[in-house]
Amino acid sequence: MTKKIVCLASVALPVLIAMVLLAAASSSVAANAQPSAATAGVKIDNFVFGPQTITVPVGTTVTWTNADDIPHTSVSTEGVFKSKVLDTDEKFSYTFTKAGTYPYYCTIHPKMTGKVVVQ
Amino acid sequence: MPDKKQDLIDQSLQDLNNDGVDRRGFLKCMAWAGTGLVWTMSGGVPVSKAFAKSYGKHADKGADFTFVQISDSHIGFNKPANPDVAATLQTAINKINEMPQKPDFIIHTGDLSQLSKPSEFDTLDQVLKGASAKQIYFVPGEHDMLTDNGEQYLQRYGKDTKGTGWSSFDHKGVHFVGLVNVANLKAGGMGSLGHEQLEWLENDLKGRSTSTPIVLFAHIPLWTIYPDWGWGTDDSEQALSYVKRFGSVTVLNGHIHQIMQKVEGKVSFHTAMSTAFPQPAPGTAPSAGPMKVPAEQLQKVLGITDVNYLVSGRSLAVIDSPLSS
Repeated sequence: MTKKIVCLASVALPVLIAMVLLAAASSSVAANAQPSAATAGVKIDNFVFGPQTITVPVGTTVTWTNADDIPHTSVSTEGVFKSKVLDTDEKFSYTFTKAGTYPYYCTIHPKMTGKVVVQ
Repeated sequence: MPDKKQDLIDQSLQDLNNDGVDRRGFLKCMAWAGTGLVWTMSGGVPVSKAFAKSYGKHADKGADFTFVQISDSHIGFNKPANPDVAATLQTAINKINEMPQKPDFIIHTGDLSQLSKPSEFDTLDQVLKGASAKQIYFVPGEHDMLTDNGEQYLQRYGKDTKGTGWSSFDHKGVHFVGLVNVANLKAGGMGSLGHEQLEWLENDLKGRSTSTPIVLFAHIPLWTIYPDWGWGTDDSEQALSYVKRFGSVTVLNGHIHQIMQKVEGKVSFHTAMSTAFPQPAPGTAPSAGPMKVPAEQLQKVLGITDVNYLVSGRSLAVIDSPLSS
């Protein structure tokens, strides 16, 4: 039994040290953050935002691309973001810097709704 | 997307060739075969007659006046469903100019442009300039409100209108009301008239004799055709309650790019074909978008609507004719 505990200790300690080092390292990386932050995409097609709900981490830039043959918009219901009219193949991007739930819709075809959940 | 859509279109084309027996199938057949459907309201009792090439004959009967509804010109649209919407609009205007009885005016029930661009409105104006009827009344579609909440639309087409572009006028004893149900649309909703416009409508109709024929026109249908695709107006019930007392009410709409009709009491509802591109029947395609048809069929599914008014019978006959007939 004592052997096992010793074994564990000898594994646990290096792991703990490694974790501390990693934490330190990642915090210094964050301080010099490169613009390769998270990105996510929403495809607009057939009068649908796909996926209808996406969940992304804080700091993610979401890009809507209109693949439909009719123009659409992506407008937050709370006034947080508002795309111009997107014709076929046009895009709109928004970077979510705060956690929360962001419902949005197409102002031209209001039955089209979507949600971005930022965690 | 293309494959699935094409399958559904092929399917519906086949069904049409086999001749649907139900009412919707009947109307579809009429549109494709290039014939028109005449609805006459006589003392509140609707009588429908189907006619083929005798379109000219009916007009010769001599309506007291006639006007034409065109809709959904979508100037600026250039995808496969119709790469030249200005040309098909021109065909529609030519058709109007050939009518045996010259229409007193034209009503455009919205989606004049595709993207609310100045160049699109300019092109529209160029084509409409050649119409025999010089007076044209407009109501905007959602495509006309895209860049500036409809400011530009109002500047060009909104003279003598209120709010987002509503107005009314009288013509030879008939009272016409143009309504706007494409502004301030709410997420998850359909068309919307809004409180201010409804109040205005109630006042506008107050005190008018119930024998005055009423014509309401708006872009999105004022009755619920297919909520999933937004084909309806959330607060139209209230508007319709204001016209209930009148002896003859005709509602003319666009937006769905196909003919749909309904009669409820003394109110007859009618949607027009587009002059740009057709859209699928409710639920027959993944979405309401432009429906591609074989090139030689295009002119059969685009069209104009001629409305003949007979004072004696106080009836309005609504005649749809495809561009190809």
